[in-house]
Amino acid sequence: MNSRAVNSSAVNSSAVNSRDRVLARIDAIVPPRPAAEIAAGRAAIERDYLRRHSTGDVLDLLADRIAHYRATVRRVTPAELPGAVAARLAGRVYAVPEGLPRAWLARADPARLVEDPPVADLDALDGAVTGCAVAIAETGTVVLDHGPGQGPRALTLVPDRHLVVVEAARVVADVPEALERLDPARPLTFVSGPSATSDIELSRVEGVHGPRTLDVLVVA
Amino acid sequence: MRIALFVTCVNDTLYPGTGRAVVRLLRRLGHEVDFPAAQTCCGQMHFNTGYRADAAPLARRFADTFDDYEAVVVPSGSCAAMIRDWYPTLGVEPPTGVYELSEFLVDVLGVTDVGAYFPHTVTYHPTCHSLRMLKVGDRPLRLLRAVRGIDLVELPGAEECCGFGGTFALKNADVSAAMGADKVAAVRRTGAEVLCAADNSCLAHIGGALTRRRAGVRALHLAEILAATEGDAR
Amino acid sequence: MTGSMPTYLGMPSFPEAAREAVGDTLLRRNLAHATGTIRARRAEAVAELPDWERLRGSARQIKDHTLAHLGHYLRLLEERVTGAGGTVHWAADAAEANAIVAALVEATGETEVVKVKSMATQEIGLNEALAEAGITAYETDLAELIVQLGDDRPSHILVPAIHRNRAEIRDIFRRAMPDAPAGLSDSPAELAEAARRHLRAKFLSARVAVSGANFAVAETGTLVVLESEGNGRMCLTLPRTLITVMGIEKLVPTFADLEVFLQLLPRSSTAERMNPYTSMWTGATEGQDFHLVLLDNGRTDVLADEVGRQALRCIRCSACLNVCPVYERAGGHAYGSPYPGPIGAILSPQLRGVGSKVDASLPYASTLCGACFEACPVAIDIPEVLVELRARAVESARHPLTDAAMAAAGWTLRSPARLALAQRAAGRFRRLTPRRLPGPLRAWTDTRDIPRPPPESFRAWWERTDGGRRP
Repeated sequence: MNSRAVNSSAVNSSAVNSRDRVLARIDAIVPPRPAAEIAAGRAAIERDYLRRHSTGDVLDLLADRIAHYRATVRRVTPAELPGAVAARLAGRVYAVPEGLPRAWLARADPARLVEDPPVADLDALDGAVTGCAVAIAETGTVVLDHGPGQGPRALTLVPDRHLVVVEAARVVADVPEALERLDPARPLTFVSGPSATSDIELSRVEGVHGPRTLDVLVVA
Repeated sequence: MRIALFVTCVNDTLYPGTGRAVVRLLRRLGHEVDFPAAQTCCGQMHFNTGYRADAAPLARRFADTFDDYEAVVVPSGSCAAMIRDWYPTLGVEPPTGVYELSEFLVDVLGVTDVGAYFPHTVTYHPTCHSLRMLKVGDRPLRLLRAVRGIDLVELPGAEECCGFGGTFALKNADVSAAMGADKVAAVRRTGAEVLCAADNSCLAHIGGALTRRRAGVRALHLAEILAATEGDAR
Repeated sequence: MTGSMPTYLGMPSFPEAAREAVGDTLLRRNLAHATGTIRARRAEAVAELPDWERLRGSARQIKDHTLAHLGHYLRLLEERVTGAGGTVHWAADAAEANAIVAALVEATGETEVVKVKSMATQEIGLNEALAEAGITAYETDLAELIVQLGDDRPSHILVPAIHRNRAEIRDIFRRAMPDAPAGLSDSPAELAEAARRHLRAKFLSARVAVSGANFAVAETGTLVVLESEGNGRMCLTLPRTLITVMGIEKLVPTFADLEVFLQLLPRSSTAERMNPYTSMWTGATEGQDFHLVLLDNGRTDVLADEVGRQALRCIRCSACLNVCPVYERAGGHAYGSPYPGPIGAILSPQLRGVGSKVDASLPYASTLCGACFEACPVAIDIPEVLVELRARAVESARHPLTDAAMAAAGWTLRSPARLALAQRAAGRFRRLTPRRLPGPLRAWTDTRDIPRPPPESFRAWWERTDGGRRP
């Protein structure tokens, strides 16, 4: 893949001049300042909002908030997890990303698991099972950073079902704590309930292009 | 305390009863008010329509006229908001101590029961500038609730603008009238005999639409309800 | 660099367009229903966070800081996106942006693109420009799809088809969606399902996607798109080439700054704690070609205006539209711009100038009730900017009728004696107060009675009775 090649043929010289013109215009309106001054200005921004809104049990809150989006959510012990996973997968063919802990699938039917399928095959599968990077209790959000056990972005998008296993240690109370834990260099997908739309009369309807069923198992 | 009344040009010209009510009310509460005759208009209409060059001398006149008073009482939320929030934009420092009527009564005089008697069904429209610029909150309602004999009923969608908006009522007459019609419908649903607000400009708009429809609902300024006593009813 | 937004040629002034909308009872009902629903829910979602005002204050400061150092942060963004394997393009206006995107698509050899809902590409008329270049753009957001299939125009920032109810949407689908199921009902779930089937093959085969962006993080080069349906993820993930068109004001300095906006935007926009999907990516991701087109198109004009600049804080949440009583009655089309409602009333005249009838009329399309300012998650004082734009209009051109009326009123009000004289005259002729007024004042008396002047003004009463101390 060579993005430079596409670029050099596509962009004419006026666009290059546009960069200078736009930046010159901006610099004339808000003149450049020394880096230290900009940093000091940034540091002076008041951030007196709360780092977390809830002081209660984050796992209870997470389960409550996920359920609010009409996703299914269940809290299980590590011992119960393989059975719970198997029950969610029952009778359907699921994609399994590389790096997913094998123990989670101990009770699942291996014939109905497809390891690391290519994107072209995803539409024919029923679902995908993954872990996650972080989960945010306050907003009922699961965040994937598409590392081991989470698959490339398409894996949890194209099939109609997504089963996420959330380990207790990955649960944070609120949005600020979640961003502290995430690496922006990685692709990130924040998932809060199943696919939905408010485009018809501003009323929420679940299920459009993304997975219409979101199952969450919280392990503690 | 040296208290001045800034009656506003609209009240002065079209609703003198509101100004007289403020004088009577404050006198009953033991306070004399001055009416500096040099006052005219706060400049809001000119300012909001973009005519700053015409608004500025009016703002300066206001500041000069009222500079010596500890408190200036204004029976109009939008005029009080104009003075406090917008005068600096015109390069005029507003006198300290400019209060909308309900603020003056509740915050400065510390009263909510002003000894009024008004045996009627009343609904209250908060008016946008009192609500969102001055943030008078529930002060007018606290004053109204303490009025003897009053039957205060809630106005559905009370916080929605009535559609007056100064020159908006002329420049965008159709939208203004549609908003006014919805406000009138809300007022009529309450079954109130009297629509109360603390701004006669908004009341002229809603009241004008009410009488055009022969709705049988009277529009009345807050000051006039608070000034009313048993003597008036007899 | 003055912006241009095509497609709204010959737009009448706001009051004229609004008159038609006000008379359309179906439209009024659709808008009242939709905005009424979202208003109550937004209020609830906001009330849940006790620190809402503090988040709002931080958001305002972050955006103002970014705008004050825009050159620095744009250069940083460019460096980080490029460093992560993306390519950054700059467009001074709509024509340049459209040409860049068309050339990028042509270079892939494709003639179709899928699109994620994007205000920036609406603003520049990208779909029309691509069509001229022989490229078909498929809108994938449900509301945009409804607008596209209905050969309609968007009327809301978040929900462009807000002016359509479910029955109308069903009719549009039956008419214009070739694969719409027979017997499609007007249940929103069935309509969503029809859209899912209609677009699935398109997503799976698309090689090029065009998106906008909600945020870009300067220090990391990270792009952020918030959405609900999953069409965004489809477009951002599946095609081999991704072209993102983004206004130059969409920046935040640091990744941590997103913690403020990810709390403010969903609650303000769809009244949710969090929107179903948020995608973030940095540079070329998972083997894609990634192009970022940075768009000025009038934004530097807005930046140059110290009062109007705050409009560039806008995060396109639509809260101001949803709470606006004027928008609710006039509908989005009357604003003659992809940016309707209160934010549109300050943004369009600033981006495009006030050369057209509609742009000249937009600063007056408000009662200054302030509901928009109160709802705005980045605290844009829309009434302040409206009044500023009105002042600018008065200073820059003659408006014979209003100028004369304002001058006369100003002359009278500058002198207590002249005011008293006018009051006496009005009082004397009070019995002649007509029920209908002539000329422009007819607009008042068409629907409202006018107050009859009293026999005696307040100041006359005060003088006569010594403030009521003499009978």
